[in-house]
Amino acid sequence: MSRTPASPIAHVGARPVVLPRPSRATPAVPRPQPPRPVTREAAVQRAPSRRLAPRWRMADTAFRLTALAFALSVLAITGTIAVELFVRSAPARRAFGWSFLWTGVWDPVFSKFGALPFIYGTLATTAIALAIATPLGLGAAICLAELMPRRLGDGLTFLLELLVAVPSVVYGLVGVFVLVPLVRSVGAPIERLLGGLPLFAGPVYGIGLLTAGVLLAVMIVPFIIAVGREVLLAVPQAQRDGALALGATRWETVRQVVLPYALARALGETMAVTMVIGNRPDIVASLFAPAHTMAAVLANEFAEAASDVHLAALVEIGLVLFGITLVVNGVARLLILGMRGAERARA
Amino acid sequence: MRRWSLTFAVVLSIAGVALQAARGAVLVNGAGATFPYPIYSKWFDEFHKRNPDVQINYQSIGSGGGIRQVTDGTVDFGASDGPMTDEQLAATKVPILHLPTVLGAVVPTFNLAGIEALRFTPEALAGIFLGKITRWDDAVLAEANPGVKLPGQAIVPVHRSDGSGTTYVFTDYLTKVSPEWSSSVGKGTAVNWPVGIGGKGNEGVTGLVKQTPNTIGYVELVYAVQNKLPVGAVKNRGGRFVQASLDSITAAAASAASNMPPDFRVSITDAAAADAYPIASFTWLLVPTRIKDAEKGRAMKEFLAWMLADGQKIAPGLQYAPLPEAVIGLERQALERISVGTT
Repeated sequence: MSRTPASPIAHVGARPVVLPRPSRATPAVPRPQPPRPVTREAAVQRAPSRRLAPRWRMADTAFRLTALAFALSVLAITGTIAVELFVRSAPARRAFGWSFLWTGVWDPVFSKFGALPFIYGTLATTAIALAIATPLGLGAAICLAELMPRRLGDGLTFLLELLVAVPSVVYGLVGVFVLVPLVRSVGAPIERLLGGLPLFAGPVYGIGLLTAGVLLAVMIVPFIIAVGREVLLAVPQAQRDGALALGATRWETVRQVVLPYALARALGETMAVTMVIGNRPDIVASLFAPAHTMAAVLANEFAEAASDVHLAALVEIGLVLFGITLVVNGVARLLILGMRGAERARA
Repeated sequence: MRRWSLTFAVVLSIAGVALQAARGAVLVNGAGATFPYPIYSKWFDEFHKRNPDVQINYQSIGSGGGIRQVTDGTVDFGASDGPMTDEQLAATKVPILHLPTVLGAVVPTFNLAGIEALRFTPEALAGIFLGKITRWDDAVLAEANPGVKLPGQAIVPVHRSDGSGTTYVFTDYLTKVSPEWSSSVGKGTAVNWPVGIGGKGNEGVTGLVKQTPNTIGYVELVYAVQNKLPVGAVKNRGGRFVQASLDSITAAAASAASNMPPDFRVSITDAAAADAYPIASFTWLLVPTRIKDAEKGRAMKEFLAWMLADGQKIAPGLQYAPLPEAVIGLERQALERISVGTT
């Protein structure tokens, strides 16, 4: 649902800030002074041009505290979400325990709930989307960053950023009117030919796992390109001119950084997916079979969930989705940290 | 900077209060069903024009949400396409009155090349959505449609993927006409569908049906009429195939009026009357029987009385069937049960 801004990636290539060293020039009148430790404050105070009036220093402190509060609010929001999901899913967790994660019946009438078909659908569509979008996106990113003239690349990137901002319901409509008939007409001969294999078993409705996966791929490709290009442009010119071996490492970097972000985006997509996936909580191996995802069932059933257990089960789905997204983002963080370490070691 | 934002906040809050005061002395909030939203918003608008000091806000968040919010007391009234269950009623702080407002119907719609009209028996509908009848040239369908050349294709059933009153009415009907449906699937705003693919909302189901050959789905009559979908006739309990229309829906309601329970929680699917359309339903406003705020309470009662009189005349224009006279009479009596002010 939410779009992760590309900003964290922008720091990847950044070096630690080097503080300006205090001037060692001897003052006109030598004063005996005890040696002071060089701190950031000291550096700022000694530079005459940067001396601040007390009024402004207070404003500075206020600004810092405000910024800190804003930063902490992120933590508070995440924490609140986790706690709320956990508390409100209590009736479902009591009723079904861990079996919620691996049972497949979703029956609001008889109050039986299992999340497995939704987890499967979410992971399967995401996997299809990444399998298609990664080579496509990275290829385009490399082309934009390395092969094209910079100005042309900038122009195309602007268009890409527009694509990232297109509401997902619009992608969903395109999916319904273009992709679904396409999958149906292309899928039918495939099914006739390979229908014996479980992966291509019919009937081909046009909606289903494959359609949802392809649509998701279309949605995350601009994202992968935009982020991938930024990472590639962050490569210092010296290295760019340097060894091919370094280039190979960069390829790894791009792949490892961009993927988890695209993954998080694909996992949570709701509107476009629900429009083309068929919303059927079944686990069928076929690419053409209708399926369901966690985000989609939340959007579909939340408003009308009348019984407490049904509501709690939906909240627990939210909790599971939150957990999966958290893990994916955590892995992304670790990758970035690891890379920064490697960079420092090289420098 | 900070001073500015403070000033800004103060100005905003003053403006907010002033706006509220200007809007009208009495503000009544409601939430619930999406199916009657068009007629409700029309009613609240018309009522506001006649009584400028009363403003009724309605959020169409779904029947489930309406029931929850009126139970918690976060809104002044709720609205639902299916009646509250006994357990739900027991959980409310103040007893809740169900007041039928208009009627709607759910109709089967389909996509078969060259076929514009079809007739469905209860056995056919239940069989298709149970997954027992899988082909369009099945004997059950052929028997009900003599002279129609049914294709030898697999049936693709389409249902709502979101919880909805439409699904409630449709499954309520199937529960009544099919013992197997009753025991294995049951009725509800969302059920565990044995077969078929799901579309979100009436528009989602319509989209899937229109786009996919050999499909059958169910949508609200209003929606089918507005979008000129092919609509199937359904065989009622008297053995007649009836097209859904405002008349055949009101006929279904009239047959229920004679044995209306005092709390109005009645299902009129599979009605007995000879010309009744069998997949019809009331939709209800959920009104607490004690309203503490005297002004709100009076405004609410005034609106309800107006809705039962002049309001009903607006309904057919928006494809909602008006209430039968007998039901209106019963509801007028029921309004007396709402006490207003602190007692």
